Amino acid sequence: MDKSITLPPDEIFRNLENAKRFAIDIGGSLTKLAYYSTVQHKVAKVRSFEQNAELYEISEQEEVTARLHFIKFENAYIETCLDFIRDHLVNTGTKVIKATGGGAHKFKELIERKLGLKVDKEDEMTCLIRGCNFVLRNIPHEAFVYAKHADSEFRFQTTHPDIFPYLLVNIGSGVSIVKVESEDKFERIGGSSIGGGTFWGLGALLTKTKRFDELLQLASKGQHASVDMLVRDIYGGSYGSLGLTGDLIASSFGKSATADKGFSKEDMAKSLLHMISNDIGQLACLYAKLHNLSRVYFGGFFIRGHPVTMHTITYSINFFTKGEVQALFLRHEGYLGAIGAFLKGAEEDNPNQYSWGENYAGSSGLMSVSPEMNPMQRARSGTFDMLEMDRLERQLVNLPLLQDPSSYIPDTMDLTEDALAREYWLSCFEEALDGVVKRAVASQPDIPEAIERSEKFRQKYRHKLQTLRQQPFAYGSLTVRSLLDTREHCLNEFNFPDPYSKIKQRENDMALRYYQKAVKSLEQLSWEQRQFALVRGVLAGNVFDWGAKAVSDVLESDPEFGFDEAKRHSLRPALLLQGPPHKCALFFVDNSGVDIILGVMPFVRELLSRGTEVVLASNSGPALNDVTNGELQILTERIAAMDPVIQAGLRDDRLTLVQSGSSSPCLDLSRLDKVLAMVVRERQTDLVIIEGMGRALHTNYYARLSCESLKTAVIKNSWLAERLGGKLFSVVFKYEVPPGKPSQEDSSAPSTPS
Amino acid sequence: MYGRSEPDGEAAAAGGRAPSDGRTSNSTARRRSDSVKKTRPPFPWFGMDIGGTLVKLVYFEPKDITAEEEQEEVENLKSIRRYLTSNTAYGTTGIRDVHLELQDLTLCGRTGTLHFIRFPTHDLPAFLQMGRSKHFSSLHTTLCATGGGAYKFESDFRTMADLQLHKLDELDCLIRGVLYIDSVVSRGPSECYYFENPTDPDRCVQRPYTLENPYPLLLVNIGSGVSILAVYSENNYKRVTGTSLGGGTFLGLCCLLTGCSTFEEALEMASQGESTRVDKLVRDIYGGDYERFGLPGWAVASSFGNMMSKEKRESVSKADLARATLVTITNNIGSITRMCALNENIERVVFVGNFLRVNTLSMKLLAYAMDYWSKGQLKALFLQHEGYFGAVGALLELLHPS
Repeated sequence: MDKSITLPPDEIFRNLENAKRFAIDIGGSLTKLAYYSTVQHKVAKVRSFEQNAELYEISEQEEVTARLHFIKFENAYIETCLDFIRDHLVNTGTKVIKATGGGAHKFKELIERKLGLKVDKEDEMTCLIRGCNFVLRNIPHEAFVYAKHADSEFRFQTTHPDIFPYLLVNIGSGVSIVKVESEDKFERIGGSSIGGGTFWGLGALLTKTKRFDELLQLASKGQHASVDMLVRDIYGGSYGSLGLTGDLIASSFGKSATADKGFSKEDMAKSLLHMISNDIGQLACLYAKLHNLSRVYFGGFFIRGHPVTMHTITYSINFFTKGEVQALFLRHEGYLGAIGAFLKGAEEDNPNQYSWGENYAGSSGLMSVSPEMNPMQRARSGTFDMLEMDRLERQLVNLPLLQDPSSYIPDTMDLTEDALAREYWLSCFEEALDGVVKRAVASQPDIPEAIERSEKFRQKYRHKLQTLRQQPFAYGSLTVRSLLDTREHCLNEFNFPDPYSKIKQRENDMALRYYQKAVKSLEQLSWEQRQFALVRGVLAGNVFDWGAKAVSDVLESDPEFGFDEAKRHSLRPALLLQGPPHKCALFFVDNSGVDIILGVMPFVRELLSRGTEVVLASNSGPALNDVTNGELQILTERIAAMDPVIQAGLRDDRLTLVQSGSSSPCLDLSRLDKVLAMVVRERQTDLVIIEGMGRALHTNYYARLSCESLKTAVIKNSWLAERLGGKLFSVVFKYEVPPGKPSQEDSSAPSTPS
Repeated sequence: MYGRSEPDGEAAAAGGRAPSDGRTSNSTARRRSDSVKKTRPPFPWFGMDIGGTLVKLVYFEPKDITAEEEQEEVENLKSIRRYLTSNTAYGTTGIRDVHLELQDLTLCGRTGTLHFIRFPTHDLPAFLQMGRSKHFSSLHTTLCATGGGAYKFESDFRTMADLQLHKLDELDCLIRGVLYIDSVVSRGPSECYYFENPTDPDRCVQRPYTLENPYPLLLVNIGSGVSILAVYSENNYKRVTGTSLGGGTFLGLCCLLTGCSTFEEALEMASQGESTRVDKLVRDIYGGDYERFGLPGWAVASSFGNMMSKEKRESVSKADLARATLVTITNNIGSITRMCALNENIERVVFVGNFLRVNTLSMKLLAYAMDYWSKGQLKALFLQHEGYFGAVGALLELLHPS
C-alpha cells in the first residue's frame, strides 16, 4: 500500500495551528484522530450610533470559536499522518494524547516518539459509550433504521429528548452488549464470542479470502440455501404449527456435512454471515427483553456502514422481536471511541455543558457504501473521512411548548424519501448559486480576495450538492432546511458571515421611515378593520424575502416593488385577536426591513395594547436577510423612540427580545436557546406565532404545540405553491388550538391558499 | 408464543406423572390389562422420529409371546423382529444402541424390550426399500412418525413402501418421551444425571439426578438445529426460541474445515485439539482479565478470532479447528439457553438431542457454562437416551392415542 501520500493541509487535519487535547482511537484497520481547535473567522456585528447618518454600523470582526475535528484514516497512513501533525503543530501546550482501541498499545511507542506526547490509555468501552451519548445528544439525525429495499435505505430517527436508557451492541471481533442508563452509568450486561472476528476468521478459513471487505463482498453475492439446512429441507415445507416458514434456517451449514460436492465461496460466506448476524440479533433481543429496553443501537467494525451486515442484523432483530424492536444504527458510529477518548481528556473544559453542532461544510457525511462498489475503491475513497463539530455559543434545548417532543419532526418534507421534491430543490439550489456568490462578493466590496473566496465557496457548495444528489442521506434526512444550513456553513467557512448585511441595513432604514405613518393609518381604522389590516401587514411584509428566488428576482429588477404592491397579494385571515387577551405571545420573526418593522411591529404593538406580553425570538446569527437578534435590538430601540407603546413595553419588561440560538433560515423547535425556553416558561406563554416560509412551511408546518399557535407565511415559490394546491404568493395562515383547549374562535383556518 | 394443551387419555387418567405402564407393574395395571388388550394395537410397535440428519427408531420387542401367539404370528412379523433384534448394525449406517435398550418393560400389558435404532436421514430410501422387500405394509400396522421428515417423506412412505404415516408434532412427542422414559427407568444408570463441580475439571464427576417435581423446566433439544422449550406440565409448554447453530452446524463446519465426514470422526478430532489456538481469548486482548467488566482472561472474546491472522491460520491443526468449532457451538447454545432461563425464570435445564451423544466434552462445557455464568443458579441436566425421546413419544401415541 502506498504510504507516502501527500496530505493537502487545507482539507485534512485543518486548524492544527491551535490544536490541543488530542485523542486517538486505533482499531484493527482504521485510526480515528480527534482534536480540539479554535477557528478564527469573520462574524458580522452591528453597532448603533446615535449621531450617525446610518442606522447602525456594520463591521466584520474576527471571532474565535471552538471546533472539534475528527479524522478517520487507514492504519497504513498512521506514520505519514503523525509526521504531518508534528510538522504543523504550533501553539500547543498539550503534553498527553488520550488513546483507546485495540491498536493503541501497538502504536504507543510510535506516537510518543513522533509527537512527543505521552500516550494515556482509556478504557475502550467507556470511550465508546461517552462518544455514543455525545452524538446522540448533539446530532439530531444521528440514528437511523436501515431498510434495504425501501426508496430511501436510511430512515433517520428523531432523537428522543431523553436518550437514556438504551442498549449498545458493539460487534467488534467479539460482541459486547452494554446497557446505558445515564451519562456515567452503564453496564456490560452480556456479550458473545461469535462476532466480527468469527466472520472474518472462519470466513478466511472457509473461502481463503483474507480481507473483511472482500468477505462481505462474497457474501453479498452468495446463496445460503445450498449450504444451510432450511426448515423446508427437513419438513418439505413449513412447520405450520409453530409458524416457522419453509425458508427459515433450521441448521446453519447443515447441508455441508451430507453433500460430497464442494461449495462456492460466495455461498459459504453468505451462510456464515446469516449465521453470525442471526445469532447476534437473537442475543441482543434476549438481552433487550430481559432488561425491558426498546432502543438498541448496533456498532462496531462488523456494522460500520456496511449495507450487507446492517440488512442481516435488521432482518434478525425484526424476526426475533416480531417487529417490536427496530435495529438502530449510527451515522458516526466509527468515531464513537475517538470522541469518547477526547471527551475523557477534555473533562476539565466540561464539553458536555455546551451544545455542539455538526458542521456540514467540514464533514464528509455518511459515505455511499453500495455493496456493488469494489471494496478496494471503497477503502480508498474512505481514506480520509472527517467530522467537524462546532461548539455553539448557546446551550440548546426543546421548546417547552412542544406537545410531544419525542415525536416532533421539524421538517415538513423529507427529500430523502421524495425523489421528485429532492430533484426540484437540488436544482433550485444549484440555480440560485450564482446569485449567492454574487451577493457574497458584493457584501465585501473593499476586499479584493473576496472573489477568490467566493469561488471556493461556489466549488464547495456545488460539490456538496453533487454529493447529496448521489447520497441524499449523507447528513441525515435531506431537507430544505439542511440544504439552507449547508449553504450557511459553507459561506461561513469562506468568511462570508453575512452577505445580506448591507441590504438588511438599507431596508431597515427605509422601513423605519414609514413606521410612524403606518401606525397612524392603522390607528385610524375601526377595531375590526385594524385586525384585518394588521394580519395583512404581517403577510405582506413577509413577501420581502431575499431567500425566495421568485421574490429576489422581482426585488433585483424592480426597485419600485413596494409594500402596497405586496399587500395586494395577501388575503383575509381569521380573527385571531378576538376574545380575552393572551398572557404572553412568543413570536418567531423572519425577515428584516418591511417584514419586521412594518409587518410584525404593528402587530406586536396591538398585542401589547391588549395586555399580552410579547417575546420576540430572532436568529442568533445571520442567515439570508433574516433579522438577527443584534439588529432587532437596535431596530426596537429606534421604534421605541417613535412609539410610546413599544417604549412602555420595553420599559415594563412586557416586550422581550430573545435569541433563538439558531443561525438558520429555518427553525428546529427542539434545539432552541436555553434562555428562550426559560423565558417562555416564566411568562406562561400561551400563544406561539411562527412566521415565514423557512420557519412555518419548510419546517414546523406539522408541528404540534401545547398552546394556541399561528403559522403564517407567503408562499414565494411556485413549485411549492403548486404542490400545496395554490398559486405563487398564496398565503399560509394556520391557526391551531391544541385538543381539549377552548379556542379564541371556533373555526380555525388551516392552510388557505387564496 | 406457542402453547398447547390437549386432552389426554390414559396418561392423565393414571394421574400426575405416575406411569400407566412400567417395568414394575403393579396391581392397578394388571387389573386394567384386560381392557387394555381390546384397544391394544397389533404388533409390530414402532415409533419413529425423522430429523434433519438422523432417523431415530424405537422398536418394542415383546418377550412374553405365548405359544399360541407364536403360531398365529405371521412370518413377516417374525422376520422383522428377528432382523432387528439379532443385529446391532443395519446396512452400513444403521446402528442399534444396545447400551440404551430397556428390558422387562411393560407396555400396554405386554412385557418386552425397547430397542433404540438410528440411521442417517439420507439413507431413508434404503430403509423404505427394506420395508418394501419385507412386506411391511402387509402387517396393517400404523406407523407413528414425528420430526420434519414425517411430513417431507410422507408420500415416499406411501409410494415406495405402501405405508401410511400417522404424523405427530415433534415437540409434543419429545416432551411425552422425556417424561415417560424418566418415569420408567429405575434400574441401571439413572436416566437423568448432572455434573458435580462443573467448574473444577479435576473434581467434575457425573452424578445421578432424580427428576421429581420436574416443572418448570427448560428443555433444550440439540439436533441439527436447536429448539428451546419451557415446560410447565406434561401438556403445557411453549417453544421459547431456537437457533440454527446446532449439531448440524458443528458437523457441517468440521467437514468443511477438516475434511472429516462423520460426527464420530469430528468428535474424535475435537478431543485432541486445542481451541485456544483458534479463538481469541480475553487475555489475548487485555493481557489478563478485563476487570472493568468482570471478564476472566480465559473467556473467549472472539471465536475463531485468531484466524483473522494469516500466520495463525497456517499454524493451527485440523484438530484445533474441530475443537474450536465444538466449543463455539456449545458455548453459544449455553448462552442462549441461559438467557431464556432468565427470561422465563426457570432454574433447571435439561439438555437432550443427538448432538450430545458420546459428547462428554459438550456436556461438561454446558454444565460449566450454566453454573459459572449464573453464579451457581442454573443446573444443567442430561438424559441417557439423549436423542430418542421424540421416537418414544411417537410410540406412546400409537399405544395411547391422545
